[in-house]
Amino acid sequence: MITLTPKRIFDVPIQAACISVDVFTGKSVEEIKNLLITEGKETITLGDAFNVIEDSTIEMPTVVLTGDFSKVKRVGQGMKTGEIIINGDAGMHTGEKLAGGKIVINGNSGGWTGCEMKKGLIEIHGNSGDYTASTYRGTSTGMKGGLIIIDGDVGTNVGCYLQGGTIKIKGSAGRYLGYHMSDGTIYVEKDCASRAGAFMIGGKIIVNGVMELMMPTFTIDGIKPKVKIDANQNAQGPFYVFLGDLAEHGTGKIFVLKATNSALATYEKFL
Amino acid sequence: MTEILIKNGFVFDPTNKIDGQKMDIAIKDGRIVKKVNECNAQIIDASGLTVMAGGVDLHSHIAGSEVNLGRMLRPDDHVKDAVRKTALTRSGTGYSIPSTYVTGYRYSKMGYTSVMNPSMAAMKAKHAHEELNDIPLIDKASFTLLGDWWFALENIAKDDLDECARHIAWMIRATRSYAIKIVNPGGLESWGFGRNVHSLDDQVPNFGLTPRDIIKGLAKVNTMLNMPHTIHLHTNNLGIPGNYKTTIETMQALESFYKGDKPVGHITHIQFSSFAGDNWAHFKSGAAEIANYLNAHNHMTIDIGQVTFADTTTMTADGPFEFSLYELGGHNKWVNSDVETEASGGIIPFEFKRKNAVNAIQWSIGLELSLMVKDPWKVFMTTDHPNGGPFYHYPRVFAWLYSRKAREATLKNCNKKAQKKSLLPTLDREYTLYELAIITRAGTAKALGLKDKGHLGIGAEADVAIYDINPETTDIAQNYKPVRRAFGNAIYTIKDGEIVVKDKEIVAVRPGRTIWLDVQTKEPCRIDDELKSKFKKYWTIEFDNYPVTDHYIKVPEKIGIKASV
Repeated sequence: MITLTPKRIFDVPIQAACISVDVFTGKSVEEIKNLLITEGKETITLGDAFNVIEDSTIEMPTVVLTGDFSKVKRVGQGMKTGEIIINGDAGMHTGEKLAGGKIVINGNSGGWTGCEMKKGLIEIHGNSGDYTASTYRGTSTGMKGGLIIIDGDVGTNVGCYLQGGTIKIKGSAGRYLGYHMSDGTIYVEKDCASRAGAFMIGGKIIVNGVMELMMPTFTIDGIKPKVKIDANQNAQGPFYVFLGDLAEHGTGKIFVLKATNSALATYEKFL
Repeated sequence: MTEILIKNGFVFDPTNKIDGQKMDIAIKDGRIVKKVNECNAQIIDASGLTVMAGGVDLHSHIAGSEVNLGRMLRPDDHVKDAVRKTALTRSGTGYSIPSTYVTGYRYSKMGYTSVMNPSMAAMKAKHAHEELNDIPLIDKASFTLLGDWWFALENIAKDDLDECARHIAWMIRATRSYAIKIVNPGGLESWGFGRNVHSLDDQVPNFGLTPRDIIKGLAKVNTMLNMPHTIHLHTNNLGIPGNYKTTIETMQALESFYKGDKPVGHITHIQFSSFAGDNWAHFKSGAAEIANYLNAHNHMTIDIGQVTFADTTTMTADGPFEFSLYELGGHNKWVNSDVETEASGGIIPFEFKRKNAVNAIQWSIGLELSLMVKDPWKVFMTTDHPNGGPFYHYPRVFAWLYSRKAREATLKNCNKKAQKKSLLPTLDREYTLYELAIITRAGTAKALGLKDKGHLGIGAEADVAIYDINPETTDIAQNYKPVRRAFGNAIYTIKDGEIVVKDKEIVAVRPGRTIWLDVQTKEPCRIDDELKSKFKKYWTIEFDNYPVTDHYIKVPEKIGIKASV
């Protein structure tokens, strides 16, 4: 087990895609300290910015980051195996393009966490920023698989261009949830801000709290007593089922809990 | 200025009928000369290497408003191709739409020294020139979109071609351009009203004109102005199955202008205009019909607009075509616009896939045309960068042309339906290095009327490319891969007598020139109050701010032309 702690408070962002179990495996502490990262425009070594301590009693392929990592970007980028535990806040792009393994964040996480991820698990025991589980700007290939669990709230554009996998949000979601999604599942336990599912052509969004606005390009399709989130979990309804985004000839589904959304009762007359 | 002597290379210079002979090329003061003093000259030992003139690309969208909009539309394109700076070169990005500096570097590394920017809306000319200024190492020229320009249409409708010619001459000067570009004549004007034209004889709204009138009118004007290049034509119905008939009709419409000396029209990226079949399901190649026509007639030249199977960005002034492409392509991001009284524009990211039947047939059409048109002086190599694929994929296209084996290797991975429909298995022709030099430099320079480019004769500009290809010891058709690599990475590129690429790396950066025509008409263009009041009424730009002024161009090369009107 390798533990990293920041040596100082960082003023400018650090790009540290090398903080990853895949990269650390098979390297001595000295070699790890010599890995190159950038702080702003300067290239420095990992050892310049962090204390690197090895605990050889634990053989687990685990990297523990303790302290404030909110300025450290791209931790665990493209990681295939192993586990990263961040005891503190995580920066932007954490777990970007994750292809396996597990990242646990015991704090808040920045924007683009888990963006374009393919496989694996990210647990965020705090809030997560904008564009969580989404795509690089302008790209139309988003998260393809895996699971992201967020205990707190999320920002805007979460799960945009989602192509697979599951996102479970235990708090509330910001605007443009599941923007342009084509497959996969997003579950919001609390409220959801407006324009959820804009441009969606497939997949499903489940909202257990108040839906701020149902896009006018969605049509009601029925009422369902319960919905499957993934193999282990169902959401108890009844739910209004909306179909859309019809402006894109989409067949995505938005499930909105009937009990918390009395404003949507007007749709029932179309059934 | 330094003197350079390139010794013992295999020289391919079709303009001067030199086919791989071992000879020396001497350079002094930026020109090819008969001989230099060996003691003073820098000697380049080119033994075992191929020496050609610097490449001349006659159709590549490298600058202008549509290119820049494409860059803004596609951050996803940049992220996969970031270029670091070096001590000499600047950083940049770009996969399908490289940034300005990277464009210059990559062209230079391929041994290209002159590139034509074929689509410039007059209103956006200042922007285009500012971008061209930033493209180093290559000479550039732009073609102004004039096929739907109101004053041209009005004068053609009035049958006053003299006045039309004077207006065009004024426009060529005002936009600092080199040729007349016609895109989907009549279609762009119709697009302002949400419509398009579907044949040469459809009416253009409000003008009482047909596309045929516009093409014939401007072809006439082109000869009246003694332009070095012909009209540069993007046909009607581009990208629609069955459009090869329109293309042949267009060529037939120009037959009567041919005087027996030089071509009167150039159809660009003809691959996109050579589709047969009634609809996308019955889509097939119309290459044979087009090639037969071209083999029987001498008044046209074409470039192929080859598809290279890349995730690229399509961009054209043909707004209605881009809109139909958007409707085909599903849920993609897009830009579409009407450029006031002059043109329109559209941009859509598009991935050409081997496994897609239509895309694979399109790939096949480009190659079929290049192989079936017998005279290489009529058919030129382009990818219509970035529409068919980025320009630095040219070596792949060369390989498909000079090696049957390379074609077969790609065809094998293509869609099965497309494989059955492709005519490629029946075509045995393989391009020689001599023919490759024609379709990439000698022929294009000749078609453009650039007398000092594209060859290595005495007095020519000292633009030279040296490739690591030994035609004596290698069978290029069999060993296509190393030759392809060699074409992508020139050992030396010499621009105006200065070595800019050495051992496949950029060693010097210099600005390239912007070539433009100063067409002198006998009488000046009638710029009266009526014209100015029209500008007030219909343009968002004041007449006085409209022309490109000299300070917009860093290194201009003005070519004076005497018109016959």
